[in-house]
Amino acid sequence: MVNYVLTSLFIVLQWGFTVYAYFHLNATVAEYFTFDSLGFLLLLVLSIISIPAIFHSHRYIDLHNEPPKSQSIYFSALIVLIAAIGLAYLANHIAVLWIFTEITTLAASALIYHHRNKLALEGTWKYVFICAISVAFIFIGILFLSLSLGKASSDNLSFQYLISRSTTLNPFWLKLAFLFIFTGFTVKAGLVPMFTAGVDAKDKAPGPTAALLSSVLMNMGVVGIFRTYSIIAYTPLQHWANIVIGISAVLSIFVATVYMIKVKNIKRMFAYSSIEHMGLVMLAISIGGIGYYAAILHIVLHAFVKSSLFFQYNQIYRVYQDKSVNHIGNYFKYNPTGAIVVLLGFISATAIPPSGLFVSEFLIFRALFEGHQIFILIAVLLLLTIIIWAFAKNILKVLFTPIPNFDESQVPVIKPWESYTQLALIILSIYLGLTPPDFFVQLIKESVMFLS
Amino acid sequence: MINVLLITFLITLLYMSIANRLLTYLKVLAFQGVILFAVTFIQLHEFNTLNLILILLETIVFKSVAVPIFMAHVLKRNKITREAEPYVPYFVSLIITTLILVTTILLSGTIIDSGLDKMFFVVALSTIFFGLYIIASRRKIITHVMGYLVIENGVFVLSLAVGNEMPMLVNLGVMLDIFASVLILGIFLNKIGDVFKNIDVEELSNLKDY
Repeated sequence: MVNYVLTSLFIVLQWGFTVYAYFHLNATVAEYFTFDSLGFLLLLVLSIISIPAIFHSHRYIDLHNEPPKSQSIYFSALIVLIAAIGLAYLANHIAVLWIFTEITTLAASALIYHHRNKLALEGTWKYVFICAISVAFIFIGILFLSLSLGKASSDNLSFQYLISRSTTLNPFWLKLAFLFIFTGFTVKAGLVPMFTAGVDAKDKAPGPTAALLSSVLMNMGVVGIFRTYSIIAYTPLQHWANIVIGISAVLSIFVATVYMIKVKNIKRMFAYSSIEHMGLVMLAISIGGIGYYAAILHIVLHAFVKSSLFFQYNQIYRVYQDKSVNHIGNYFKYNPTGAIVVLLGFISATAIPPSGLFVSEFLIFRALFEGHQIFILIAVLLLLTIIIWAFAKNILKVLFTPIPNFDESQVPVIKPWESYTQLALIILSIYLGLTPPDFFVQLIKESVMFLS
Repeated sequence: MINVLLITFLITLLYMSIANRLLTYLKVLAFQGVILFAVTFIQLHEFNTLNLILILLETIVFKSVAVPIFMAHVLKRNKITREAEPYVPYFVSLIITTLILVTTILLSGTIIDSGLDKMFFVVALSTIFFGLYIIASRRKIITHVMGYLVIENGVFVLSLAVGNEMPMLVNLGVMLDIFASVLILGIFLNKIGDVFKNIDVEELSNLKDY
């Protein structure tokens, strides 16, 4: 009961903060946080997703009948995670962004270790260790960035100051700084080279947490890369940075394809699909032009769709008590509303029209075409086709193929209202993709205004 | 004087690459803490006293006393065998470490920046890469943690290089040290020792795609 009151209070505070941010766009508070368009847009997405996240967490905790201590750790870690992600979006100083990245690692590790068993420990250990290295890498990058300012510089490492000084930055240090910061943030964003820990973490984390990890937390990694990239975009090094990001992007899509073919665990399948989408986002950033707009649109829509799928995953698990595709089937029979969510989520995640992600992916391909990257375009389209095939093979089996020897007497009845939030998220993504309101378009345009 | 200390630091890396027993690794880590204490004391002459004392305490108390003692305790309690059990022979490790050193020295030769003491750059970068190499080439989880501590020492050296201009960054580096070490050592090494009796990396391969 106390949990309900406190989490509701948190949602009210989070929304109050978001509304405050809306009325103070582009204002700076507490010196280190600016409500710029990108930060505010993602904060809004975070606030929207945090409502179903907390709702489904309550469902999850209630059904598991857990001791009070475990509940309190779960909810406090969840709230710290959401708050830290929100502040990381808004940070205008690279060191502050770094600090909040560390805090998200702490909170996420407490959530991943929620079940206190051997496999959860393995996933948590991998996540914590890789994140510790990545956080050290980002710090090294920040040190190189301060070196690139040269002597006689001020203590100021805010993004705005760095952008204003970008032409005088030492290119050698800037290159090293970008490499290290980019590598560091790939853990959070889920890209090659350091994507593995994130997949294990999403596998072992409770469903509602995995939804946050693979939507808003990944957006935080993208924000870190994006803000660093906007420093380098004003220097002659932009072309070099584009190549670095592009290589990582294509490799991410490739790796996601390879794993998608083999994967049988549906939670990990969703996680690999996220890697593919982040690869597309990075590809869009590296191409530039309309790609910047498409990248921001894509991370927003992807966050809604993927979190919805992860929320739905918990209901699938309740029906079958298993996460392997081999033991899941004929889901339409047991939970029709949830099955519709899975179907719509699948259509959205593979960007089949009329989903919202189709629009953003189409824009990404247009950017590739206009950027004269035909070979990359063909390669990526081929890989995406394979991904759609692999994804469809598993999802259609989950939805329609009956499994032999399944004991139907144990299946719990799942009320349709539990899936309404998930449907709402997917419908929101379709709405924003197909008929984006002016306000939304304006925010995205403002956030990429400095790049094009 | 700083150069002598930093070269000693590099020699500890070479020694670590051929060390066989885990306790030797801990001793080297403690010794590196002492070297960092001395370097900090000489290098950060523009700091205000209170802040400097805090950083010095971090190097001497945290890096060279608390962490090694705690790790020795973990070794004893979990009855971890004393050898490091690398995947590659020690001779190859020595050669690879030397290659890391040579590469970073060559890389530092290409820098055109009078503002930086190249010595710091070489030591820091080779320490970071050496730490990554230790993580990749040793079999036990506890040696991975030691590799991470080596990386942190490298980051600390690098932050000292810019310390006088950007005191904030040195403090952040100290925060990274304490935060990550406490998170990794305090919570998880304890747990992992209890759950996985023989803590090899091979034990940590149960998360699969199917």
